[in-house]
Amino acid sequence: MNMLHYWRAMWGIIGRELWRFITQRERFISALVRPLVWLFVFAAGFRSALGLAITPPYETYILYEVYITPGLIGMIQLFNGMQSSLSMVYDREMGSMRILMVSPLPRWFLLLSKLLAGTGVSILQVYVFLVVAWFYDIHAPWQGYLSILPALILSGLMLGALGLLLSSFIKQLENFAGVMNFVIFPMFFMSTALYPLWKMKESSVPLSIIAQYNPFSQAVELIRFALYGQFNQTAFIYVFVAFLIFMSTAIMGYNPSKGMMMKKGGA
Amino acid sequence: MKNKYLVFFLIMALNATVRAESVFVTLEKDNALAVIDPIAGKLIKTVPVGQRPRGIAISPDNRSLYIATSDENIIKILDVETLKEVGRLPSGEDPETFALNPAGDKLYVSNEDDSLVTVIDIAKKKVVKQITVGVEPEGIAVSPDNKWFVSASETTNMVHWIDTETNAIVENILVDPRPRAVKFTEDSQQLWVTSEMAGTLMILDVKTRQIIKTIKFQVTGLTADKIQPVGVVIDKDNNRGYVALGPANRVAVINAKTFEVEKVLLVGQRVWNLAFSPDQKRLYTTNGTSNDISIIDLENQVVTKSIGVGSYPWGVVVKP
Repeated sequence: MNMLHYWRAMWGIIGRELWRFITQRERFISALVRPLVWLFVFAAGFRSALGLAITPPYETYILYEVYITPGLIGMIQLFNGMQSSLSMVYDREMGSMRILMVSPLPRWFLLLSKLLAGTGVSILQVYVFLVVAWFYDIHAPWQGYLSILPALILSGLMLGALGLLLSSFIKQLENFAGVMNFVIFPMFFMSTALYPLWKMKESSVPLSIIAQYNPFSQAVELIRFALYGQFNQTAFIYVFVAFLIFMSTAIMGYNPSKGMMMKKGGA
Repeated sequence: MKNKYLVFFLIMALNATVRAESVFVTLEKDNALAVIDPIAGKLIKTVPVGQRPRGIAISPDNRSLYIATSDENIIKILDVETLKEVGRLPSGEDPETFALNPAGDKLYVSNEDDSLVTVIDIAKKKVVKQITVGVEPEGIAVSPDNKWFVSASETTNMVHWIDTETNAIVENILVDPRPRAVKFTEDSQQLWVTSEMAGTLMILDVKTRQIIKTIKFQVTGLTADKIQPVGVVIDKDNNRGYVALGPANRVAVINAKTFEVEKVLLVGQRVWNLAFSPDQKRLYTTNGTSNDISIIDLENQVVTKSIGVGSYPWGVVVKP
């Protein structure tokens, strides 16, 4: 086993994922349509809803669509993380992942490669989304488009790891609807993606506390600050720790001798 | 080589001094004057100036500030450096807005309650003349060529053209309801007038003194009653004009050649008055009810920052 094997396996997985994404035009379009519908339809209705307070990283009054943009970037990555977990279930059912899993390379490495592949796809989606948003008059400083990249990698990895973790629990494709209802929606709605914390506090303190500790909120804040060339240390630590926890649990979950697969009788 | 460095540092130093402009904002409710460093984006200090300060102007030599303290019925002269009072001008009752002539030796004040415009000789600190105008005069401006000064009366809905030589009204023009602010273009060819009630900007030709164009403002998602144009400024090259839209919380960017509204920019609440930076690369807005000023980067047409300054910021001037 040398580095070349690792390298080849990783690129094999990433390449396959990217190729699959590019060739599945419907998936590409639907991944883009979802946040754009939120931006053009939902945000348009609340255009001036936030014209009252200035919170960092913003230095002046912003329109709602500007506020919601990092949240929608988070949404792209959240759905992508879940989608790659779906594809894990699919791959496991259809066999390609099963073949991968019996390769002599360590399992954690294969999972990490899979995760990087998913993150790469989500970053592509995010940049296309940002280009469309730019034409919709949502502009960040140009440095922000560069400084957002490391934030996207970390948040993509964290949300992808969460997806992996969930996929180790899911036995069949059909169960994905449950993930939608019990993971994606609560995570998205109970976060700072749609409303700032101060606004949530006005109506419900418990909700604002949940939102504050929601790892998705922290990912969104990390992205939000990075888009304006700023570093949010708290969010960074939070997202990084969440990634480590999700990832290590997912690796355990995929361990055939101990993990969830064993409990499920090997999917 | 040494010389090159020296020149470089000199240019840098010069740049630094050029950029060190100060923004002065009157705070109507705090009875004070706020001094802001817009480059650092910081409120430097606040000094008390008297009861209900509103209108503010800076002398052409940038040494004196004139501030109308409305409830004291006086215009105070402050030294720009020390911000200490160095003199007073008799302004008549309840002075709100006023204008300096280009030479900086005369001041024209609107006396809203008495339907008067008071002409003051600054050196003598004396009233030269009081001219009866329409009801509730508000906006006032002197043409850069010093031929005209105009006063807009809010209730009579008129713009009064007054000759600076004779201090007599030459013509009264009916305009849209509640005219608020008036501003001449740098070439003294046009007069821009905002109407608070109609939500419009009117462009008047100075030669004929008639309206040549009316622009109606609209902001997507806002009802017409929220759009109340107030302060107006036009850049010195006459490329773009900017209008504060009051409770619409926006500043409209107008192409001064085609008279099209190019953009509306979101600023703080109830944006009132506007002032350019000396290089005209930035625009400062006073936002009455959100108690801050917003800084607009004019090259990129974006609002870059809003800075809290105190209660009810009203007038704004910039010292280079």
